[in-house]
Amino acid sequence: MATLHLNNIVKDFGGTQVIKGVDLEVKDREFVVFVGPSGCGKSTLMRMIAGLESTTSGEIAIDGERVNEVGPADRGLAMVFQSYALYPHMSVEDNMGFSLRLAKVPKAERREKVLAAARILQLEPLLDRKPKALSGGQRQRVAIGRAIVRNPSIFLFDEPLSNLDAALRVQMRIELAQLHEELDATMIYVTHDQIEAMTMADKIVVLQDGVVEQIGSPMELYHHPRNRFVAGFIGSPKMNFLEVEVRGADAEGVEVALPGGDCRVPVAGDGVSAGDVVTLGIRPEHLALDEQGPLTGQIQVIERLGGVTSLYLEHGDSEWILVADGDVAHRVRDHVRFTFDPARAHLFTADGLALAHLERHPLVDIDRKENRASSASGGQR
Amino acid sequence: MRERTSGRTVGGFRNLFLQGPAVTLLLLWMLVPLGMTIWFSFQRYNLMMPSVSGFAGWENYYYLVTDPALWTAMGNTLLLVGSVLAISVIGGTLLAVLFQQEFFGRGIARLLVIAPFFVMPTVSALIWQNMMMHPVYGVFAWLSKLLGLPVIDWFSAMPLISIIIIVAWHWMPFALLILLTAIQSLDDDQVEAARMDGAGPLAIFWFITLPHLKRAISVVIMIEMIFLLTVFAEIFVTTSGGPGLASTNLAYFIYIRALLDFDVGAASAGGVIAIILANIVAIFLVRTVAKNLET
Repeated sequence: MATLHLNNIVKDFGGTQVIKGVDLEVKDREFVVFVGPSGCGKSTLMRMIAGLESTTSGEIAIDGERVNEVGPADRGLAMVFQSYALYPHMSVEDNMGFSLRLAKVPKAERREKVLAAARILQLEPLLDRKPKALSGGQRQRVAIGRAIVRNPSIFLFDEPLSNLDAALRVQMRIELAQLHEELDATMIYVTHDQIEAMTMADKIVVLQDGVVEQIGSPMELYHHPRNRFVAGFIGSPKMNFLEVEVRGADAEGVEVALPGGDCRVPVAGDGVSAGDVVTLGIRPEHLALDEQGPLTGQIQVIERLGGVTSLYLEHGDSEWILVADGDVAHRVRDHVRFTFDPARAHLFTADGLALAHLERHPLVDIDRKENRASSASGGQR
Repeated sequence: MRERTSGRTVGGFRNLFLQGPAVTLLLLWMLVPLGMTIWFSFQRYNLMMPSVSGFAGWENYYYLVTDPALWTAMGNTLLLVGSVLAISVIGGTLLAVLFQQEFFGRGIARLLVIAPFFVMPTVSALIWQNMMMHPVYGVFAWLSKLLGLPVIDWFSAMPLISIIIIVAWHWMPFALLILLTAIQSLDDDQVEAARMDGAGPLAIFWFITLPHLKRAISVVIMIEMIFLLTVFAEIFVTTSGGPGLASTNLAYFIYIRALLDFDVGAASAGGVIAIILANIVAIFLVRTVAKNLET
């Protein structure tokens, strides 16, 4: 059992605020991902939770108890570092058992716990090796094993996959998700990679410049971004943005002017009126080629991935990215027409905030755990 | 490809041609003095008795080995080298950890603590003799008087210890310099991981910092050993090897034989013994260091 509460956390580095008042609640057994561009403060926030960095103001509470003054070793957390931070002169077994050795756990018991963790991670044949003799993925596993051995209440992962190659990253991502299931522990994970965030998280915290932009499930962030930053950050390729003029707003939605005719986007039109300029946002995968479509563009670049094809379009001074089927036969310099479903479009006011959709997406409010086959027994342990 | 294979043989000649002069010079530089020393060590060659000359056989060695002064000098050498190594490595490690911490004026403090290494041995010996250890004007004498303790005449009461202190003062900054740079390459993440694992400052020093410094420490030991076997200036300036032979090391012993007794033959034999001693030490040392450098 472990919950974490952050209450108006502020971090000040010699006059510059890097964390500007973060509130967060992490539930027991939740997989929370901090995501944001580099320099957004996500690693600092994690280091503050770990106790490696002091807190300028605000309160950190684990299981309801304030831990601001508790040292990193006594918070009952374990951290996996981006560089793995294995002790190079110790064998894998000694690396994993180091915390137990410091806690003066008898040798036999220590070995037992290390072996148990090694079994989970398939590290048994490597226990006598030095970190230098391991591959990147194996080192990563040892670092995770070192965390497991401590039996922490919360696992902290600081960009653990960024030093691995792409194929291994995908594999470790799946292993981490399985591990979360197996250990049924609370995990906090920092990454700049939104794919890692989307695939693993129960809850994503999007940070920018030390401020939380939005907290929500992956699908909520994707379908209902709170503002333009989150909309642009989540999803790949990036969302298309186009400045448009409002024709009118009523209970049915907001009518905006597009080059090929007006279009009604079903969002709450409070606060906008005819004549306002708003930003229309449409994800590349929600644009569709259509010969009668209202929008046109000339293809600048084609990226064929086999299954899907990304078209980079230009029309006047507006640029569009369109993800089409893998079999489209268009060539560079072709002019194409395309359309979109207004229900999937987003509107952002001049200050960047999204206008709320009138209907919530059906997948948004499904708990991620319910998607998992083995979660029927999730409450035990 | 063909060019490369033919280039190799041409390169072989060219390399030989280019390296030749340097290698020849180094060989001459080493072999000529060594050969002359060995040659002289088998000669009757005393400048005070020019009439006595000729091949001496093992006589020089025999007199040397049966001379108890040699063994005293040898013992002093080992004691001096061992103590200075211990003091400079242990002290240097602790100072390196200290000077790694953030504090006000760290840059200047680092510069000052390294400064003794740049003082000439002769000068540092004179400073210690006349300003620190002098029984009348010395700082130590003043300190003892302040505390009401008897004044120690360092160079006559404990000559070898005095020499050890002076040499250690000179070499500790060197150890510090090397170890400080080594300690700076210690990964912060490792220290933080150890902190998360529950390691206090002492445990971090013992389990993380010290193993990280192992390689640098062996390099320091090897380099210092080479220089400490030949300590001379400090002894020459302060105690002249005395009282008696109390502070005579092998280098000073050879100096006595060669330039005070003018017995070139015996001095050369002493030199050869010193070379053998240095080589014995070096074999052990190079082996352990090489092993350390591998892992």
